[in-house]
Amino acid sequence: MERVPVLKIGEILLVSIQIDMEDQVALQLQEDLAERIVATGVRGVIIDISALDIVDSFVGRTLATIASVSRVLDAETVVVGMRPAVAITLVELGLSLPGIRTALNVDLGIAMLARQDEDIDLLGDEDDTDQVAEPTP
Amino acid sequence: MNDDVQRLPVVTDQDVVRVRQLVRTVAVAVKLSLVDQTKLVTAASELARNTLVYGGGGEAEVSRVHNDRRAGIRIVFADQGPGIADLDLALTDGYTTGGGLGLGLSGARRLVDEFEIDTEPGKGTTITVVKWCR
Amino acid sequence: MPLSPDEASRFAVLLESNAESLAARWSELAGAGLRGRLSGAELLRQTRDLRSAFQQALAGGASDVNDEAAAELRAQLSELSSHRARQGFSATETAISVFALKEATLHVLGDAEDAATLRDYVAFSAFVDRAALFTFDSYVRVREALISDQAEQLLELSTPVVKLWEGVVAVPLVGTLDSARAQVVMERLLQTLVDTGSPYAIIDITGVPAVDTQVAQHILKTVVAARLMGADCIISGIRPQIAQTIVALGIEFGDIATKASLADALRYVLGKTGKRPVR
Repeated sequence: MERVPVLKIGEILLVSIQIDMEDQVALQLQEDLAERIVATGVRGVIIDISALDIVDSFVGRTLATIASVSRVLDAETVVVGMRPAVAITLVELGLSLPGIRTALNVDLGIAMLARQDEDIDLLGDEDDTDQVAEPTP
Repeated sequence: MNDDVQRLPVVTDQDVVRVRQLVRTVAVAVKLSLVDQTKLVTAASELARNTLVYGGGGEAEVSRVHNDRRAGIRIVFADQGPGIADLDLALTDGYTTGGGLGLGLSGARRLVDEFEIDTEPGKGTTITVVKWCR
Repeated sequence: MPLSPDEASRFAVLLESNAESLAARWSELAGAGLRGRLSGAELLRQTRDLRSAFQQALAGGASDVNDEAAAELRAQLSELSSHRARQGFSATETAISVFALKEATLHVLGDAEDAATLRDYVAFSAFVDRAALFTFDSYVRVREALISDQAEQLLELSTPVVKLWEGVVAVPLVGTLDSARAQVVMERLLQTLVDTGSPYAIIDITGVPAVDTQVAQHILKTVVAARLMGADCIISGIRPQIAQTIVALGIEFGDIATKASLADALRYVLGKTGKRPVR
């Protein structure tokens, strides 16, 4: 079975999905990511799906689960690079991916994670005592 | 009227990927627009997974079709599984018995031009979808 | 009644031996219906070419305009219809140019009164009719191609996606939006977001006279699709009547930002990105 590589770049885990994933591969990625977040202690995950020509409800659900799991582990997930045709199809399918943050490309995704880190720094210690994950907007 | 019918088994995870790839190839060959290709392949992926997960495996049949004005693709998913007891309920957004999002059937129906479902409890389910070129 | 090989060759000879007078009479007859919109010289050149194509087809033994021997004739007729269609002549005017051959031929046949000539002429006349129908068909095909080309050009012209600011693109929609056009615009907008890496899009509908449920749905779906991709859409220029329609149709714009004008929308976006427009 193929595996999607997870790269650590600075304080971010970067996942670039380049293959048409079987369901098992997607589930494996979900597990791998959770382990790597804990092992590396990163605060941000970027999942690049610009090579995916479709996202069906299974992949959509996997992405949503990854986002929720990483949030519990105190890391924010940004899904980047969704193609227009994929987005149009997801809307028609009825999948709105609530709870997933998205950006147009990797650069904007990194900028989004950086902004969030600044916000947290501004809040100082108070934020660290707050163990409850922020509800998704 | 139809030509070159292609059949694929839907028994494993990899088969779902193969169905997606075959549908994509045929969709490109009949010159569906990029968005329509994406919609059809996504629908095929949902339905193939249903055949595998709920139908206990089955077969997918992809063929090119024509009417007097347009070309299109027809995909038939058939299984000998338990069938669907309450069709209306199964076609409702958000309804699921398999732990999914419940968008497989209802969502796939919105992504294609024609959607036909033939099911009988205990006998199995056959779903036929068609997408036409614009 | 198809043209027999004998009849065909007899007419080939007739067209050959009366080449000049026939072409002259023919162009005169054809010109009458065109009310001087084509010069006499031009028309004469066309009828001369057509005459020799007819003669060639008949000499080759063509019994119908679809025969192998009539390939050159068909090419000439297609060219004629394509020219006429592009110059704005009507289908009838174009077909009459071909029909006129019948009267011109009658003219050169002279006063023959025997039944054999009449039979020949009827068969020949049927041949010309089919040639004219062929002309009519190809005229229609050319016009249809013209119309669909123009529709496409119109679509291109009327749906520009422009970069308004760093990270902000806008689509000023002008004119009636049907479902097909709305879809094209929206796909192009989403693609531009990717190509330019712009996280903000402004859809300005100042120039849209009416919005129906379907079009509103397309706009809404685009906003949701853009959001899935990581971009925000702002809708500007909603005119009072359209706002009334939207409410009357029960369309939920939900939490989508709407602004009165394009300028307001741009100011709003720049405010969000922390950039200030320099006055």
